Amino acid sequence: MEGLNFIGAGLIVIGAGLGIGRIGGSAMDAIARQPVASGKIQTAMLIAAALIEGIGFAALFAA
Amino acid sequence: MHRINLVKILSLLLLTVSISVNAQHDSTQEGHEEASHSGKDLKTEIKEYINHHLLDSHDFGLFSYTTDEGEHKYIGAPLPVILWDGGLKVFSSSKFHHGETLAEVDGNFYKLYHNKIYRTDSEGTITYDEEQHPTNVKPLDFSITKNVAVIFLVGLLMFVLFSRMAKSYKNNLMPKGIGRVLEPLVLFIRDDIAIPNIGEKHYKKYMSYLLTVFFFVWIINLLGLTPLGVNVTNNIAVTFALALITYLLTTLTANKNYWKHIFWMPGVPTPMKIILAPIELLGTFIKPFSLMIRLYANITAGHIVLMSIIGLMFIFKSWIGSPLSFGLAFALALLELLVAALQAYIFTMLSALYFGMAVEEHDDHH
Repeated sequence: MEGLNFIGAGLIVIGAGLGIGRIGGSAMDAIARQPVASGKIQTAMLIAAALIEGIGFAALFAA
Repeated sequence: MHRINLVKILSLLLLTVSISVNAQHDSTQEGHEEASHSGKDLKTEIKEYINHHLLDSHDFGLFSYTTDEGEHKYIGAPLPVILWDGGLKVFSSSKFHHGETLAEVDGNFYKLYHNKIYRTDSEGTITYDEEQHPTNVKPLDFSITKNVAVIFLVGLLMFVLFSRMAKSYKNNLMPKGIGRVLEPLVLFIRDDIAIPNIGEKHYKKYMSYLLTVFFFVWIINLLGLTPLGVNVTNNIAVTFALALITYLLTTLTANKNYWKHIFWMPGVPTPMKIILAPIELLGTFIKPFSLMIRLYANITAGHIVLMSIIGLMFIFKSWIGSPLSFGLAFALALLELLVAALQAYIFTMLSALYFGMAVEEHDDHH
């Protein structure tokens, strides 16, 4: 049962990576459809990514 | 659509499982770290060095080396130590000789032990309790440590830069010198962060804070990438103070709509209002808390990874180590340049978002 916290940390990183990857991909799609709104989309993307990243880091530090 | 839902559920599941696993195994972690300090091979030495870099210190050390005679030489500058121990005690940190000797002030002896100052007897004995924590008296420490010194320096730098910039607008509208670099950034904060998030009507009173926090965090993050070994934003106390200011500003300048949306959310059935009120109230604390953790964790993680990659050079004992370490460290340093600006941007952005919530007026909808 010793290394379980590291496995947990790895799972968190996978989860956060998937989440941020999806955000980035969706933002790319959105910018491709609406190049005019790229500034707004980018801002929203960064905020969402930062929120996920925050959870990821908080859990990583608990490990 | 089906696939998207699956990914969502999967990542949520992974997160919940791993968080609960982490919560269980949190307590066993500390015992491991204590044990690894006794044996001193190369890996633990690198680990100790990284930990040392992440801590604040009482002198501004640039680097240290060991001479052929086995003597430790330190290059750097001492900083003032200010203690409150039944009276104000001020002395230079050079008296500690980097923790190797005791400092004697007004008949009291002080010892630097694990970067904390303890009062000891003239031999410098430190007594421990069962958990290996020193039981010596710890005087209140108001020292100008490395972090404090850097904060003062950055404050002074910003004051000089921006007052010169402001002065150059007196004669003509075109900025001169450093103002040419700073003007687009200031305009970016105003037009892309403050106005869209706070609104035309209220943004002006928050501009001073937003500009200050953006440039402060950015400059300090950039200094952290120089070989000076500065690491202010990976001290959680610093990010706590920054987040606290955001929290206080949000709370103190909030209008009645903000409080109404927290305690008695309009347009929601009454039983739900009772459930929502404590959650919303908790949310006001979680927002600045996540600001604090985000900045701290990002910068700390960056520093740890960068130093571990540099440490690879010593672990690989073949020709491949140095080029590999250099290449990776170079790429990561470039990434960290981006992160330094991005974290400053996100901190400012989210602060502006919270201020916007505090002053938002809801007359037009609901």
